[in-house]
Parts: sequence; structure tokens; C-alpha cells
Amino acid sequence: MTTPMTSYAPARDAEGRPTPIAGRKPMIQCRGVQKYYGDYHALRGIDLTIHEAEFFSLLGPSGCGKTTLLRTIAGFEDISSGVVLIDGKDMAGVPANARPTNMVFQSYAIFPHLTVADNVAFGLRRDPRSRAEKAAAVDEALGMVGLKGYGARAAHALSGGQRQRVALARALILKPKVLLLDEPLSALDRKMREQMQVELIKLQRQVGITFVLVTHDQEEALVMSDRIAVMFEGNIAQLATAEELYTRPASRRVADFIGVMNFMPARILGETATGVTVEAPGFGQVEIPAANVSHADPGDPAPSIGFRPEAVTLLAATAPATDRVTEGIIDEVVYYGDMSYYDVILDSPDTFGGQPHEIRISMRNVFGRELPDLGTRVRVGWSPGSLILFR
Amino acid sequence: MRGGGLRAYAIAYLLFLYAPILLLPVFAFNSGTIIAFPLKGFTTEWFAQMWGNATLRRAMLNSLTIAVSSAVFATCLGLFAARASTRFAFPGKGPIMGLIMLPLVLPEIIVSISLLVVLLGIGIPLSVFTVILGHTLICMPYAVAILTTAFSSLDRSLEEAAQDLGETKLSAFRLVILPLVMPGIISAMLMSFTISLDEFIIAFFLAGNEPTLPTYIFSQLRFPKSIPMIMALGTVLVAMSILLLTVAEYFRRRGVARTGQKDSGGFI
Repeated sequence: MTTPMTSYAPARDAEGRPTPIAGRKPMIQCRGVQKYYGDYHALRGIDLTIHEAEFFSLLGPSGCGKTTLLRTIAGFEDISSGVVLIDGKDMAGVPANARPTNMVFQSYAIFPHLTVADNVAFGLRRDPRSRAEKAAAVDEALGMVGLKGYGARAAHALSGGQRQRVALARALILKPKVLLLDEPLSALDRKMREQMQVELIKLQRQVGITFVLVTHDQEEALVMSDRIAVMFEGNIAQLATAEELYTRPASRRVADFIGVMNFMPARILGETATGVTVEAPGFGQVEIPAANVSHADPGDPAPSIGFRPEAVTLLAATAPATDRVTEGIIDEVVYYGDMSYYDVILDSPDTFGGQPHEIRISMRNVFGRELPDLGTRVRVGWSPGSLILFR
Repeated sequence: MRGGGLRAYAIAYLLFLYAPILLLPVFAFNSGTIIAFPLKGFTTEWFAQMWGNATLRRAMLNSLTIAVSSAVFATCLGLFAARASTRFAFPGKGPIMGLIMLPLVLPEIIVSISLLVVLLGIGIPLSVFTVILGHTLICMPYAVAILTTAFSSLDRSLEEAAQDLGETKLSAFRLVILPLVMPGIISAMLMSFTISLDEFIIAFFLAGNEPTLPTYIFSQLRFPKSIPMIMALGTVLVAMSILLLTVAEYFRRRGVARTGQKDSGGFI
């Protein structure tokens, strides 16, 4: 991916510096978008704005409506109500072939009866340029996705990763305003997937086109996107940057879906302007800062506190106590090479039913430091600022 | 030896199936007028007699007209049915497809008599055309079966991808779907052609005074002296059938290979 395809890059200012995403002009606007399939309510009022040259992800479990939303933007599905604007134009009644969007399909949809070059040139059929100019454009597009010299190959003889690249070249050659990607990496093996994630980000920065990615893989969304919309049951549960999603989940459900999160039952004791005082097993009484208060799952409204595995630390026996300390016993150690997970059963008083509460702690591994044995008594250091209250 | 009995059975079975057909060319080139061993000598006289027979030529022309027309009609109608059944969901799809496939198992004599009654009832004179109608009916299930396989092996997003890249629904079908199912279309036409060419019962009932090859052959069986000529004709027909079915299967397999799909079986 070397040759730059377009000189224009709206993601950069005149000096070539990246511009803040929030300041760019809106490229896709959805206003109250609803979609019914018969009685099934697939999209329940989607409102979102995706900016020019933004890498945006629609993330959610299968059946949450993310693919339906992508297909309504592409023009493959009519919406039941609401408005979809692309680059300021209402897309109502505009068929897929007349929209300034192109799509990379989950199956890649490479035309098996054509060569690689004919596949890439497919969208140029109505292009008035000369044959030679089109051939040059095809070569350039193939070079951009790292498939220089593959033009004469039969499409059905390509590997999965190569098909994916052909699909990308075939869409990007048309210089769409928006590139839609429907789970494009799900069919690739892990190594290939991670490589393509990096290549896709670089490609997106280079061509300056708005990318909208649909994925069920939260790690993929976190790694690749400028912003992410987390969807459940046809609604957007949270629309935020990766960091905000991870550190400030809008609800317990989002917190559970993104990364690993420990949850503990909590009892609310009091509330002030600065925060909420709660009691939780092993944590005693603690005041959670008001900024860390989030919503409980409507299906299970009992209050709980949550924290990430890296938000707490295992303390050496001799280490001085940090902010707060609680004690427990190591129940399991899961070794990942660069880091390990430690499952620790916390000592807790009988006020929460007496059953043991287990938490998961992650720590980077250091050469020379031995992993603690199972059953070892450990101290766990934490601070109130890293706890989130869901209520 | 284990399996010896089964092997003998398999050989006997194949002999029973194909030995009579192998006798056709043997007697077609035999100079004796009686169909019996020992053979007398080599001759091509029966083939010459065959080409010289005006009624036979007329039967041949009729049969070809009927077979080509039925193949085209059955394949065109089959295309619609196969496309509808693989691409769209609509009420009554199962029963409708079932009814289309029904002539496959319906006794042909019943179909023929019903058609005869209806055609005479509404006053359509029996001719080559009425045979074409009948043959289109019985060729449809074969065409639909072949075309459904061709359509269902297509990824649905291929069509959407073509639309996404700027083509209308119609041009997407023409540029992507049609080339990919073309081997299936050719295969369906050849299959229908072959079925129509040697079909007897419907032709016998619906052709009126027009001879077709099978009905002509049947009529000539009463005259012992024309039997060697029938043998020669039979030889030509068998050779043509084998050739056409081979071509049909070749196109079907090429279609499967072209779309990169796994072979899910065909008629051969």
C-alpha cells in the first residue's frame, strides 16, 4: 500500500496535520431511522452523525441491527421511517447504484467469472475515460492494496486475504465518499486479521474517505475506529471514542460487552454532590466519584460496582499499602506471555450473603518475577477513582 | 474371493442395460435383411436408404423443430421459476415449485390424454405446435432442476455488489448473474432437447398426422424389410443422445468450476 491514490485528504489541514474529527463536516446523518421486517423492529430510531474522513464502527452482538443500518446507508434496504443524509443529500428513493457509497461485502462478492483486473474495473464501465486511463487506474488501485501484478489472475483462484484486497480495490477505485465494510475481517485467520486491521487504518488515513465498519469483535472496533456506536436490539447504547467506551461505559451492558469487567454487588448508603457512598464485599465503604456513576442493566436494576482487571494491582507482601487495600486468595492464574490474569477470591464479611466474591486482575509479566502459586494469600491495591457504579 | 458375486452381478446388470443398444450398430452395418446372427457382411446401404426416405426426413425435421422449440421454451420458463425460487420468498412457493416439478413423476399417458382432451375441447388443431406444448411441459422439471442448482450456488451479494458498483438491477443481472448461470442454461437446453427428441407418447397423441422420429420408427416396425433401416436410424439417434448429454454435463461442470463451488451432483 504505497502509491497515494488521491491528493485530497480532508482529514488533514493545509500543513498536513490531522484535523479534529468533531470539527469536520458531517458525511452521514441518520435521523430517527426505523426499520421493520414485518413485525420485527430491526432499527428503533437511530440518530447519528458520521464525519468526513472518519473511521467509524458499528459494534454489537449478532442481531443488534448493525448490518441492517449499514445496508440502509448503502441503499439495499428501504427504511420504514426517518431520514438518511449522505453529504447533505436526502437518500430517500435513491437506489444503491446512485449513492456515493461503496461496500466491501462479508463474502467479498468477487465476480468469479472475471479476472482480478476486470473485477476492479467493474465500476468503471460508465466512466468516460479512455481504456488506457482506466487500466492505469486499475493498476494504481491494485498497487494500493498490495496486489500489483495480480490483474490477469482468475478471481476464483485467490486466497481469502487476496479476495478481501480485490474487494477493497474494486470499491476504492470509484473514490466513494463513504466506504462501507460489512465484517470484512471475520473470515480471515487471526494473524491475517491483525495485519489487515493495521493496513485498513493506514489506507483510510491515506485516502481520506469515511469508513463505516460493521463488526461484532470489540477488540477490532477499539483498535481501528475514531468513534464507535455500540448497538443492542436496534438501538445505539453508546456512541463514543474507544477510550470513552472503555473507561466510561454508559451502561452495565456496554461495560460487559467491551473488554473484561469485574462486577460486584453493591449497596447504596448515601449520596452527595461529589459522589455516591456504597458498600461492596471486600471493598468496605467507599465514595464513588459522581463522574463514575453509570446505568444498571434495565433487566437487572440491582446496583453494582465494576472495574477493569488492570485497575487494581496485586501488591507484594512487603510493599507499602497504596490508597486502599483488600485481601484475598489466588484461585487461578492464566498466563498470556506478556501478561497474566489472576483470579482472586476476596475476603468479605457476611453482609453480602456470605458467598465468596471472585475478581479478575491483570498484570504485566516481568522477567525474573515468579508467578504466585494457587492458594497464595495476596493483597489487592485499588483506588475509588477506578471503580464505576452502575445503578 | 470376496465381492466376486457382487462383481458378477454388476457386470450382468450393465450387460443387460447396454448390450441391446450395442446390437443396434451391429445390425445397422449388417448386409442381411433379417435381424439375426450370424452376420452376413458389411454395408452402409441402410444408412443410404434412411437418407433417401422422404417421410423419414420430414419426421426428422419435425422432431428437430419440436426439440429445439421445447428446449428454448422450457429453459426460458425454467429460468423464471428457478430465479424466483432461489432469490425470493413468496406465499405458496413450496406448492408452486412442487406443481412445476410434478410432470416428472406424472404418468405421461395421463398427461397426454388430458392434453388431448383439453386441446380438442378448445378447438386447437393437432400439429407440431401442440407437441411443442406437451414437450415444454415435461421438459420444464428438468430445466428447473438444473437451473435451480445453477442459481442457488450463487452468492446473493454478487448481485448487490454489481448494483453497488453502479449497475441497475437489470444490468447487474445481465453482467453478473447471466454469465454465471449460462453453463446451466446451455445444459438445461441440451437436456430438454434430448428428452423431447425421443419422446413418444405425447408425440403419438398430439402430433395429428405429422410424423416425429419416434412415432415414425414405431409405424415402420410393422414392415420387416424396413427394420435394418430403423437399426441405422437408431444408431444415429443413440450417438446423438450420448453426444448431447456429454456436452450438457460438460457445461454444467464448467459452470460449477467457474463459480468455484463444490459439485453438488447432476444428472450424470
